[in-house]
Amino acid sequence: MGFAHFWLSGFDQIRSGFWAYVAVGLENGALYAMIAVGYTLVYGVLGLINFAHGEVFMCGGFAAVFLTHGILGAGVANGWESVGLVLSGIVFAGLISAVVATGVEQVAYRPLRRRHAPKLAYLISAIGASYFLQTIAGKEFGYGQNIFPAEVFPAGQTLFYIGKTPIHTIEVICLVVGIIMFLAADRIVRHTRLGRGIRAVAQDSETSSLMGVNIDRTITLTFIIGGSLAGAAGFLYALQNGIIQNSGTELGIYAFTAAVLGGIGNLRGAALGGMMIGLFGSFSVPFAFEGNISWTEIYTFLILVLVLIIRPTGILGEKSGRTA
Amino acid sequence: MNLLTRKSLKRLFGTLAFFALAAVMTGGPGGFGVPAYTGVHASYLEPVSYFGLFRTQRWSIFLTLGILAWLIISLYQPHALTIRRRLEPVTALPNRVMQRRTNRWVLIGVVIVIALFLPKFVHEQFWMYLIVEQIGVWILLALGLNVVVGFAGLLDLGFAAFYAIGAYATAWFTGVLPTPAPFHHPIPTLWCIPIAVGLAMIFGILLGIPTLRLRGDYLAIVTLGFALIIDDFVGTQSGLTGGGEGSLTTPTFSMNVGFWHYHWGINPTPYYYLCFIFVVVFLIVFTSLEYSRVGRAWVAIREDEVAAQSIGINPLKYKVSAFAVGAASGGFGGVLTAGLIGNINPTLFQYQVSVNVLILVIFGGMGSIWGVAIGAIIVQFVTSYLDNYQPWGYQLNDLYMYIGALLIIMMIFRPAGILPSRRRQREISGYETEHEGHLDEVLAGDEP
Repeated sequence: MGFAHFWLSGFDQIRSGFWAYVAVGLENGALYAMIAVGYTLVYGVLGLINFAHGEVFMCGGFAAVFLTHGILGAGVANGWESVGLVLSGIVFAGLISAVVATGVEQVAYRPLRRRHAPKLAYLISAIGASYFLQTIAGKEFGYGQNIFPAEVFPAGQTLFYIGKTPIHTIEVICLVVGIIMFLAADRIVRHTRLGRGIRAVAQDSETSSLMGVNIDRTITLTFIIGGSLAGAAGFLYALQNGIIQNSGTELGIYAFTAAVLGGIGNLRGAALGGMMIGLFGSFSVPFAFEGNISWTEIYTFLILVLVLIIRPTGILGEKSGRTA
Repeated sequence: MNLLTRKSLKRLFGTLAFFALAAVMTGGPGGFGVPAYTGVHASYLEPVSYFGLFRTQRWSIFLTLGILAWLIISLYQPHALTIRRRLEPVTALPNRVMQRRTNRWVLIGVVIVIALFLPKFVHEQFWMYLIVEQIGVWILLALGLNVVVGFAGLLDLGFAAFYAIGAYATAWFTGVLPTPAPFHHPIPTLWCIPIAVGLAMIFGILLGIPTLRLRGDYLAIVTLGFALIIDDFVGTQSGLTGGGEGSLTTPTFSMNVGFWHYHWGINPTPYYYLCFIFVVVFLIVFTSLEYSRVGRAWVAIREDEVAAQSIGINPLKYKVSAFAVGAASGGFGGVLTAGLIGNINPTLFQYQVSVNVLILVIFGGMGSIWGVAIGAIIVQFVTSYLDNYQPWGYQLNDLYMYIGALLIIMMIFRPAGILPSRRRQREISGYETEHEGHLDEVLAGDEP
């Protein structure tokens, strides 16, 4: 098979299954966007990359496993039950992940902030937290893949058709939940008192503390918002793909790529970047050599590297104080 | 200091409760391929599980650690000042002894003699392998990364790439990859050392030029991205690099200099000496680099890039040179690994390897050459001991849990490492006293 033929056949595949690729891309994009919000908010407020955010996402996934097992047991969710499952799952997983995210902030970042540590220390401490959470999840919940059997939740059920392309339940759920949660987060940051605090701390922490913004509380709330979105994403991801103790790493890097692409520190940039990375990843599947799925990873990481080298401020520019 | 006051006892119970919680949490079953809920159920909710969870050895270790932590915490309470004063001559003793030049040389001599006769004391082949493969090679990697992170202050999360390049270059030039060797003429493994080290350095320069304009965490992410790309790429190219299975067996080292022939064979002891020689060489080179013009330029860039630029230091040039020098040591580690273990595959060069090397550097003390070497020995010895004997209910993957906790604790209480470099220590302790407006600097972040 020649090289040109390979690329042409890739384009052929995209043309024939266009809407399927779009659906998968939007689904993943919504997940990435939800995780990226956490990266971008924390970056805006603290100026550091929260390396442990992928693990916050992973905790949401495990919360989903336990919740589904607790509610359904070996049963099956039908009709309204499944709607209830999704809603309660989002709330529960968001709660758990928010707790984990706050815990990470309290244990790994706050003492460093008190000590005025250099930035390198934050990064290393974040790597430590990420390692710790990943392994402790493996220890407690096992290192294997936790997959939801298809009969527990009909994630892969066809909901409707676009042309001849079946659109599945999970794709619709991810997109809808993603949009709703993103709009909520955007509204909180833009229009509430708390959001004003976040923006103020992002712009100038010292001055805002003089103006009466409680920095510690604002930072905690930032982690709560980011964590709950990541938890909801973890739940939705787990419904379809199952969850494993190290799935946070890969998704975390994708979402981080999304945040960087959109302009880290910029909330809307995170959503835009997430959608772009999701679509890009989905459309690069036909171009994987020998069908090796690693190639989509390579393409995505190439995007990350290229964006960082060429335009590190991303598409919409950084600094949440200014733009969010 | 009275340890039996009400407050102090309260602290003791708090510490012990914390460590007991840690002991319970870290004692999970860690099963493979079981659903999460059965794992938790089996570890906590069934009578039979209490045997595993409450292994007495684990508990005694954790409680001892708890009491130790309590003692240390008590020592740092305000009212324990007199005790700390009284202990000061003892704690300051090593530093005072080391300040004299003769004492330093005596210590170095003793270390060298012990290192030279080490194979006489270690009778097990297995441990000899471990010493070369897990300790010797990793000292080289840590020393290389120390140049990049410690001296020049560039956080590189993709250091394993240089290690991989050294190893794969060796495999390529000795003709054990699916790709034929250059000019279809395999060369002996020993001659791969300069080639592979040179290739690693060139790659360091090529990687450095585009990425090193970025600062701080952006650089960390971009190097991480490159490392992941290389990792995936090597894994997918079965026609080029052997893919996931990796290479065939790399021939062992051998030397033919005129009348003198020497073959390293499969016995680890000769490798030990080869590795030892190169560790010494790199130690000497890096120590002399540290106080040379280049080393001072690195430190200047690390401390304040703009100021360094204003006194005529070209930051990019020196940063790239730091990458290249670090890569040389990493590449050499790769050659040695290839020659020693034969088969090389992508799992040897995963992202985690980079982080593990970084942990050695941080544990020993960023920028302190001796600290990094000693830290590498300690961490690698402890981890290979734990991995191979698995004592006290330790499981293979537990390591990262403890390492993660260790990293956080070190960053809070001893960010300069166990043997801090003197210059670096002054800076880091300075963070606590001087910098008034530093919070702003941290919060605002560097402009990329």
